Formats: sequence, C-alpha cells, structure tokens
Amino acid sequence: MLEAVLLAGFGGQGILSTGMLLSYAGMEEGLHVSWIPSYGPEMRGGTANCAVTVSDAPISSPLVTEPTTLIAMNLPSLEKYETSVRPGGLILYNASLIYRLPERQDARVLGVKANEVAESIGNIRVAANVMLGAFIEVSQAISLKSALEALTKVLPPHRHKLIPANQKALQEGARIAREAGLVNSVNH
Amino acid sequence: MAVSTKRTQGLADKHFHYCPGCTHGIIHRLVAEAIEELGVLEKTVGVCPVGCAVFAYDYFNCDMIEAAHGRAPAVATGVKRVLPESVVFTYQGDGDLAAIGTAETVHAAARGERITTIFVNNAVYGMTGGQMAPTTLLGQKTTTTPFGRQSSVAGYPLKVSEMVATIDGAAYVTRVAVNSPKNILRAKKAILKAFNVQLKGLGFSLVEVLSTCPTNWGLSPPEALRWVKEKMIPVYPLGDFKVPEDEV
Amino acid sequence: MERVLMKGNEAFGEGAVRAGCRHFFGYPITPQSELPHYLARRLPEVGGLYLQAESEVAAINMVYGAAAAGARVMTSSSSPGISLMQEGISYIACAELPCVVVNIMRGGPGLGNIAPSQADYFQAVKGGGHGDYRLPVLAPASIQEIIDLIVLAFDLADKYRNPVMVVGDGILGQMMEPVELGPAPEVTPPPKPWATTGTLGRKSRNVVNSLYIEPEELEKVNLRLQAKYKQVEQEEKRWEEYRADDAQVIIVAFGMVARIAKAVVDSMRMAGIPVGLIRPVTLYPFPDKPLAASASGAAKAFLVVEMNAGQMLEDVKLAVCGRKPVHFYGRTGGMVTSVAEVEGKVRDIWEGLK
Repeated sequence: MLEAVLLAGFGGQGILSTGMLLSYAGMEEGLHVSWIPSYGPEMRGGTANCAVTVSDAPISSPLVTEPTTLIAMNLPSLEKYETSVRPGGLILYNASLIYRLPERQDARVLGVKANEVAESIGNIRVAANVMLGAFIEVSQAISLKSALEALTKVLPPHRHKLIPANQKALQEGARIAREAGLVNSVNH
Repeated sequence: MAVSTKRTQGLADKHFHYCPGCTHGIIHRLVAEAIEELGVLEKTVGVCPVGCAVFAYDYFNCDMIEAAHGRAPAVATGVKRVLPESVVFTYQGDGDLAAIGTAETVHAAARGERITTIFVNNAVYGMTGGQMAPTTLLGQKTTTTPFGRQSSVAGYPLKVSEMVATIDGAAYVTRVAVNSPKNILRAKKAILKAFNVQLKGLGFSLVEVLSTCPTNWGLSPPEALRWVKEKMIPVYPLGDFKVPEDEV
Repeated sequence: MERVLMKGNEAFGEGAVRAGCRHFFGYPITPQSELPHYLARRLPEVGGLYLQAESEVAAINMVYGAAAAGARVMTSSSSPGISLMQEGISYIACAELPCVVVNIMRGGPGLGNIAPSQADYFQAVKGGGHGDYRLPVLAPASIQEIIDLIVLAFDLADKYRNPVMVVGDGILGQMMEPVELGPAPEVTPPPKPWATTGTLGRKSRNVVNSLYIEPEELEKVNLRLQAKYKQVEQEEKRWEEYRADDAQVIIVAFGMVARIAKAVVDSMRMAGIPVGLIRPVTLYPFPDKPLAASASGAAKAFLVVEMNAGQMLEDVKLAVCGRKPVHFYGRTGGMVTSVAEVEGKVRDIWEGLK
C-alpha cells in the first residue's frame, strides 16, 4: 500500500494541519509516513499545499510529483494539480468552492461540499478535515478511528476544545463518501 | 630601598612592540592595573582586535582571545554568555570598533552585554600604514586623505561615545585621554568604574581613550601629546556621556 | 520505543540538545527558521541560552567566543548566511575550536531563492573561507539521521577540536517524518584544558588565537592541521550502500537526492536493470573507498545526481579515477530532481552499455 496524497488550497484552510493529522494517524498505525509542505511566500494568502505519503514500506522519496490522491480545496489547486494525478488515482474536490467537474476521465472523482458541512458543524476551519474523512473512507489507507484519536496529538492542548468539531468533520466526510458509493469506479 | 611602584600583575613580563610615543602602552597598563586592583585577574577573559593592539594577547596576564577585525564584541558576548561570572573586556582601535565593527559594537551595547570595551581612538589606522579612520579629523592628512580629510568626499568624524550613549543597554560611556598625568589618572578612574559597572551587572560599559600615533601623524612624541590636546579634544570632548542611574 | 512526528529543522535542534549543546547563536533566514524557533523555546527548558545576533557575521563570532569558553555551541543558517560566516569559520578552524554549523541549503548564487539546493557542496567540503582548512561535513538523508548525526557532529568537533558542518536542503529542513528518540545518549565532552575560562586553578594562561606572524610558526600550525585532517580522512569516512553489490550502474547521491535515487534503484531493479546506490554520509572526508571498489568490480558506469551543476561529481571522478565512465544529472536554481528524470538518465546509460 502506498498513498501519496497532495493536499492543496488557500493558506488558512487548514491544509498543513490536516496533512499532519493524516501523517500522525498513519504513524500511530505503525505505517511509514512523511509530510512535506510547500514553503515560502506562497504560504501567505496564496495556495498552500503539503504532500503526505503513507506506506507499509519505507518511503524513499517524500516528494510527491504524481499523487495517488489530490485533495483540492479551491479552484486554483484543482487547475494546478489535476493533470499530475496518477492514472486511476483519486481526485477529491471541495464542491463548495469549485463549480466545475475535474476534466480527468481516468481518475476517480468525488466532490464534497466541505465548507457547507464545516459551517453546519459550526466551524469553517474544519473543512479540510471533512475532506480527510472522505479520503479515509474511499482509500481505507488508515482507519477513521486512528484519525479521530490522533487529533489529541496534533492539536496543541489549548486547542483541545476544538476536538469534537474536528471529529464530527472527519465522520461527516466519511459518511458522505460512503453514501456517494465511490470506492473503485469513476463516478462523476 | 623601598619599592614605590612595580609592574602590575595584570601585565605579562613582555616588551611592548608599540612605537616610541604611542600611548597604547599606558592604556594597557591602566587596564591591567584596574583588573588587578579589583582582584578579578583570574576570572578575566580579554578579547583583542585587529589593529596595532593585535598582539595584546601577549601583554595582558589573563586568558585572551584574538578576534577577527571588528568582531571582538561578538566574541566577548559568546564568552560572557557561557561564563556569566567571568569578567570580559574588549580592547579595540578606531578602525576595528568604529568602522568594520560598528554593528557588533552598537548591538553589544543594545543588548546591554555585561562586558567592558576599551576603545582606543587615535584618529588613524596605525598597523596598515596611516590610512584614514572613521575618527580622522576634518583636514587631517593621512595616506588615504593626502590633502586632508574633506567632508565632501570622506564625510565626518564619527563620535562613538556620543552615539553609544543614546543606547538604552549602555550603562556607562565616557571619554578620557592619556596625554597628561592628570588625564591619565582620570582615565584610570574611568576604567575602574567601567569594570565595576560590569561587576554590578548594570550593562554595557565603554571607555573611549584618546591616544597618540606620532608615527602616522608625523609628529614627535611631545608634539603628539600637544596634538591630542589642541586638535582632538575640541572635536572629541572629554567627560561622561552616560553614567549608571544611581550615580546621576 | 515511542515514535514522534518531527520536522527536520526541529530535529536539528533536538539533536543538538541531546548532544549537550546549551548555547545557540543565529540570525533568521529561510528555510531554516524553525530551527532557531525550536531552540528559542527548547534551550531555556534545559538551562541553555538562545541568542539572536545582529548578523550571521556576529553569530559565528559569538560561536567563536562560546567555543573558546568551552561550551558545546551551534549556529545554523542557509546559504547566503553561511557565506557571511566563512570568515569566522576560518578563524575557528585555525584556532582549533569545536563547534557545529548547520547549513540548510537554498537556491543560489546570490540571493537566489528559498527552494531546496545542494549548491554549497564546494563551499562546505573544500573549505569555504580563506586558508588551508577542512571541516568534517555530514549529510543526513532522513529526520532520524539528523538526530543521530548532530550528536556525532558534536563528538567529532570535540574529538578533533574543529568546526563540523551538517548540511541539508530545504526539503529535509521542512519535511516531517517519525523519529524514535529513545533515551538521550550519554554525553561526556572531553575536558577542555585549553579553554579561556579565566586562569583560576591553572598555572599558565590560555590564549585562543589564529595569528602567527612568523611564517615558520604558521607553517607548523598548518602541518599540524593537515595531520589532523589526515586522521579525519583515515577514521571518519561514512557512507551507505543500497543494492550496490551486483549493480552495474551505481548512482551516487547525498542527502535528499539519495532518497530520490533509492526510489529509482527500486523501480529500475523491477524493470530488470541492475542499479545500486552509494550515498556519502560524510561529504568530507569523502568516502572514496566504496566507489573505487565498485569501479574495479561489477560497476560499468556511475551516475552522480545532485541539486547543483556537478560539484560532488569532481570527488566521484577522483575516486573512480578514470576506470569507468562517470555521468551526471543535476537540477539547479532550487528545482528538485524527479524520480522520472533520473530513471530516464539511467535508461540512457543502460542502453549505452549494451
């Protein structure tokens, strides 16, 4: 098993910490993981992304040039990275902010209205974790339980009051993916 | 016959290399006496410059470090932060402190480093052959201002004590001269006070000492002493620019 | 053993703390800033000191002073800042003081950019400042290895009384991986009777100096330094070999690029092409032995891959010494070599060998 996940969106959408949550949960399951951000001026307000690799074998290169999964939180991210996704890979896009379908015909695709879900939970900042929940459900790369538990490790103690909202976000994302029935087929 | 005076323990038994009439030797002795009299010779670490005093590590009878040009306050910072109980001083000339090492000087003062800086100002680069220093007087001839320093080309003399005194972390800033017995005694008191400021942990202390360079000024030693009085002191007035608050 | 997820830059800091380093002087520069951020929080917890200097020039001279006073001391920077430190490093090397300097390399020359690079190889291993001196240079390729090599760096610095440089690139600094910290190693720095700590309890005074005005004297100093470097070359070469035994194409790469190369080795082996990797862990002293052995053995060609225009390439050529062809693939300016690019290069070489 090797999942090379590219998470991309606006700075401030929680991309980096969602990537860290996936890494941490994978590590706690005894998997090999790596997390690498794009860094620099583009972090401030522009697109922010990080790449997470989760694998049952040691990870040689942490760089993700051909993701198995793209999680696109906004349109610029989808436009920039859609073509890089591995054939047969997965594109999860934030349908709250992206009003077009991905163009790739050789990838599995699922749109999740992550912003609406996050707002219904009461915290827009958990939107990226809605997407992570969906990713976990579709990929089965790690268990949802590990991600729920890893929140206590990833969030600093003064943010622990946000754990319930983040858990809800992961669960809702997983539920939406499950109900969409997207597991192994192309499903626009 | 009773011995009325003797070599200070603060100086090693070594002949100075300085030119005839140069007052570095007097300043060395004043610093060494102050360290000895305060009883801190065994916990003192000195940092010497690049310039005429580059060999000062041979003269001071304590642990010594030779720093790169201008970097003595940074080196002294490293020592003092590792050994807060030690007494740390830098001994620097005008090129070292006021040109290439201005940043290190200003920021050691800004951090209030508990170190003492002895700043020897003789208005010229000595070791490299009499070039203009940042403290060279307007009109003063040097090998790189052969027609005299012109402000339109080479700017103005830098008044280090006045500048450092504006910095909050500087606790004691004073300017003295060693051109007369009276001034030498005053200089000694100032140096003692600067080390006391360090021992009390009050902050950065700087003693600017107006010194001679007969060789590069092209003057005899007595003429050089007169030049300090008549030319330098009017531009670089003597006195305290900052004293610790409890002594104001 | 508990695993924690740690960023490379933070691992440099934690490794230093575990090595007994209690003093850090630095100046901010991207992409290594998390290292000073980490130590600014961490050092006070262990009774240490983090101090932000007014420049890299001042920082390295604070390191000089702290090392002279006997401390285990470190600074870190990135390429342009390391250039500014070269004067101080030369002084420290001549004065024979131990310290550790970390360079998280970025794209150059000039202000360049903040993207990952390995273009400071020459500067690191050939003596970046003036004069005839060398630094042991370590190049970790994982977060775990950062922790381990920082401890080694301090030990080598003390053993040889010499500055030691640890180089990474922006990727290594920024990425996170699990590390096993385990119990902190037993740290016993050797006694430092030469340190300028004040003469109390000592008969003679100590002088830390790099000025030797008589050429006869300075030559003696240089001969002593060269003898020391000779010993370093005999005792401290370190490298990793990966599927290199029967490999006909040997990739030589260090740091992050070596991980990319590992992926290439695996994929090429799957495709039936016998490729292996030799990864120098010490860039100075350069591990020439395994390269020379391969050149006289199974290897038919070498491929050096770097994020520069071909710097380690020269050391590889010296080690291979004309026995087999040495190819090069590099990206510059902060561009990162991809697995596919290196695979393409390996296929070309393989075709040429047939």
